[in-house]
Amino acid sequence: MNPRVLAVMRKEFREYRRNKFVIFTMAILPVIFLAIPVITVLALPANVPEAARKVAVGQSLLMFFLIPMILPTTVAAYAVIGEREQGTLEPVLTTPILDRELLLGKALAATVPAVALGWVMFAIFAVVVRLFAAQGVIDRVFRVEVFVADITLGPVFAVFAIWVALAISVRSTDVRVAQQLAGLTILPVIGLSALLSFGVIAPTLTAYLALAALVAAVDVLGWRIATRMFDRERLLTRYSRSD
Amino acid sequence: MQSEARSAIVARSLTKRFGPRPAFEDVSFEVGAGEVFGFLGPNGAGKTTTVRVLSTLIAPTAGTAEVAGVPVSKRTGAELRRRISVMTENPGLYLRLSVHENLEYFAGLYGLGPVGARRRIAEALEAVDMADRARDLGGSLSKGLRQRVGLARALLNEPRVLFLDEPTSGLDPVSTMEVRELIAGLRARGVTVFLTTHRLEEAERLCDRVAILNTSLRSIGRPDELRRQLFASSIEVRVAQPLADPDHVFSRVEGVRSWNLNDGRYLLQVSDPTIVAPALARALVQAGADILRLAEVQHSLEDVYLELIGDEPLGGEE
Repeated sequence: MNPRVLAVMRKEFREYRRNKFVIFTMAILPVIFLAIPVITVLALPANVPEAARKVAVGQSLLMFFLIPMILPTTVAAYAVIGEREQGTLEPVLTTPILDRELLLGKALAATVPAVALGWVMFAIFAVVVRLFAAQGVIDRVFRVEVFVADITLGPVFAVFAIWVALAISVRSTDVRVAQQLAGLTILPVIGLSALLSFGVIAPTLTAYLALAALVAAVDVLGWRIATRMFDRERLLTRYSRSD
Repeated sequence: MQSEARSAIVARSLTKRFGPRPAFEDVSFEVGAGEVFGFLGPNGAGKTTTVRVLSTLIAPTAGTAEVAGVPVSKRTGAELRRRISVMTENPGLYLRLSVHENLEYFAGLYGLGPVGARRRIAEALEAVDMADRARDLGGSLSKGLRQRVGLARALLNEPRVLFLDEPTSGLDPVSTMEVRELIAGLRARGVTVFLTTHRLEEAERLCDRVAILNTSLRSIGRPDELRRQLFASSIEVRVAQPLADPDHVFSRVEGVRSWNLNDGRYLLQVSDPTIVAPALARALVQAGADILRLAEVQHSLEDVYLELIGDEPLGGEE
């Protein structure tokens, strides 16, 4: 891997580890997001109608799409504007790092723990369902397309949310505004996840893979757009290159 | 003036405007390799903006520049920044990271491998006398120590050109002295130093040449050259008793252009103090005067600065 991208990732991880807010968010939110679906599916009686079971499992799966999307948006929204506000951005920009490398390092640092946590929580959920849930629930969760959806769509949705948050961060003038806006702009992706989870979009393996490929392409585009929006002059002086 | 081939920095008609307001205009200068060059000016004169333009952080509105042999442009920015370092006025340390981790991050940004990074970090910390504070968190350091870490960070990539933006701002006298010693050490190692400061005594002590900026470049040269350009050479004379006929005494000495008496002191405008002073001493003795003081009047860089900038309004954006 590019050493500068790696350096940014390592630094970001170190900062996360020493930031109580990030640790708290990373520790508590996934547990809550795991508890809700576990309680939901375990509470389902064996003789519940199929339609109700489908909705309950759909709600549960939605949570595992949300974990990697919600967790990193706060830190991604802070990533650039926060550094500017604490005066650490300018020294970084005086080094040979390219804009795209800096943003990629920050995006990966936000993505990796969130996706890993999302997968771990889904694995715990699957084990709990296998051991304790009614057979009808097990049959609905243990499907190839459900696992493929979690493994592929979770990361690409997360990366999309992170690029949106980073794009807001490079153009924002206030950390709090950036974080609030980032929270709002992932709503469409949450809506899409909900359509998938509840089976409104046909939940086939092909549909999941096609959607994952499409969102991955959008993610690459997002990287380019965020890099283009990264205007050193604007970040350092409040005037853009074109002024 | 240095030859352009040996210049570490060349700026030609460089201009930067923010919207309609000029930060600096039509600035041209050269800095020789290994030179310590002072960039002086009041707050808002455009010093920091000049550093940002020369280090490719922001683009000039007009004009061209070359730093460490690389043209200043967005396309060549990464290559140029590989050859230089900038110590920003605010050291900008990550407060939750230790001193060593802060430096390790920047070593990575300069593309140093783990072994090379360890060696350079140790050398840089040694250079700023911070080796024993490597494990301290950035947030636990005083401003002076943070400034020193900022300087260590700027040494990591062994830059050909080092930009120091107000490096002693906010430091106590001891830390200031240490930073100045470090800059002197860099000069000895052949590093070109571009120092922005509004501390005139600092520029006078450290810099081979200085430029005085207030949106446009007011003057450039060695401090003694600037003094000569702006102020006539003069000699101050104090004698025990007022001279009976000073005009007669002074007019006999070749090189004395004019004189006046001010508060018991005779102030003579002369062509060359080193030639005039001995002849003047002889003339005074012949006239029976008891000489209490006979010395060339020294103008400081501050006098030069005040003469050039005076009460001018501030420039544009800093």
